[in-house]
Amino acid sequence: MTQRKAVSLISGGLDSLLATKAILEQGVHVEGINFFTGFCVEGHTHAIRKKDKAKPKRNNALWVAEQLGIKLHIVDIVDEYKDVLLNPKHGYGANMNPCLDCKIFMVHKAQQWIEENGFDFIITGEVIGQRPMSQRKDTMPVVARESGADDRLLRPLCAKNLPPTLPEREGWVNRDELFDFSGRNRKPQISLAAKYGFTDYASPAGGCCFLTDENYSKKLVDLWQARGHRDYEMDDIMLLKVGRHIRPSANFKLIVGREEGENKFLQGYAKSFISIKTTSHPGPLVLVDGIANDADLEFASRIAARFSQGKNADSVKVETRRPNGESRTLDVCPIKASDMQESWYV
Amino acid sequence: MSHHQLDARRLLCPMPVIRTQNKVNELKPGDTLEVVCTDPGALSDIPAWCRINGHKVVKTLEQGDEVIITVEVGDQ
Repeated sequence: MTQRKAVSLISGGLDSLLATKAILEQGVHVEGINFFTGFCVEGHTHAIRKKDKAKPKRNNALWVAEQLGIKLHIVDIVDEYKDVLLNPKHGYGANMNPCLDCKIFMVHKAQQWIEENGFDFIITGEVIGQRPMSQRKDTMPVVARESGADDRLLRPLCAKNLPPTLPEREGWVNRDELFDFSGRNRKPQISLAAKYGFTDYASPAGGCCFLTDENYSKKLVDLWQARGHRDYEMDDIMLLKVGRHIRPSANFKLIVGREEGENKFLQGYAKSFISIKTTSHPGPLVLVDGIANDADLEFASRIAARFSQGKNADSVKVETRRPNGESRTLDVCPIKASDMQESWYV
Repeated sequence: MSHHQLDARRLLCPMPVIRTQNKVNELKPGDTLEVVCTDPGALSDIPAWCRINGHKVVKTLEQGDEVIITVEVGDQ
């Protein structure tokens, strides 16, 4: 009998690990696929922040693939994902997370992949009732239908709660050996992980996407409002993950490095933005995003000085540098803590 | 067999891995690819990607803020 082939959407979390293992156990050839949207929490903040550098780093999707002994294809969907985020047909969740459209899009990409690579079906770690937007009884068929995967989409962890799919009907997998998990209770997954011998798996409390994060979503909305249009580039979404964002004026905001790792990361952008650095006292690197005239820059420099070790000094020397290389040295009085308005913090 | 270079400086993981993967897919078994990264996460991610996809890390060098990883392409 021909060995059937499946591609599994690997997030790096426990559910996709278990769903894939369950299908591997049935003798199916499985390869993993992982999509990078630019909003993945995975890796980035660890790489940027120095204080996290002592922690061991690993990409959980790669780790999962290695545990399972399968290949992993990582696909950059940053550009295509813009349309999903900017125009979600099914709307947003609690924050700027277009979870249902996102899932449909990823399964659609997996469907294209199996067609191009001669694979038979798609596996996800979805569980009915696990997520409020994308993993509900009523949205499961929507994902299958609108992605174009239809009944080639198998969810091994909750398959018994859903109508039989093509791989089950054709006997490529045995439905009796699949599962009937539902709801947000994680005990069945933890128990199955123990049965398979997995111990060191990732369990992100807030999910693996920055768009589910309230603070990140606020910064994204602020960026769109300030620019007057909803769009973004990769650098924008990276910079929203870094530093304090302070908008004292509609036309510009400051991005203030919080520690050495962030300052170093921001330094990489210093040629593309106006930058401010205190020179008489140690202080963070500050980028100015937006349009700032000389008066704006002087005010921004007073704020930058507030975050330097000269915050209580009468005068702090700062250097401002524009992307064209033009630099100015200013002596500024750091803004008082009481004059820093709460509403400026994005 | 030929030697190639890839500049993945300033990219944060998983982008250095994706760029490595895409470049390796264009190469032949036995070719080598030298990847220069600034994200230290690449030190664990690129070797992990190589292990699961049948390629070999033949050299790793940390030079200041840069990580240089040389990959030998396996049978694909």
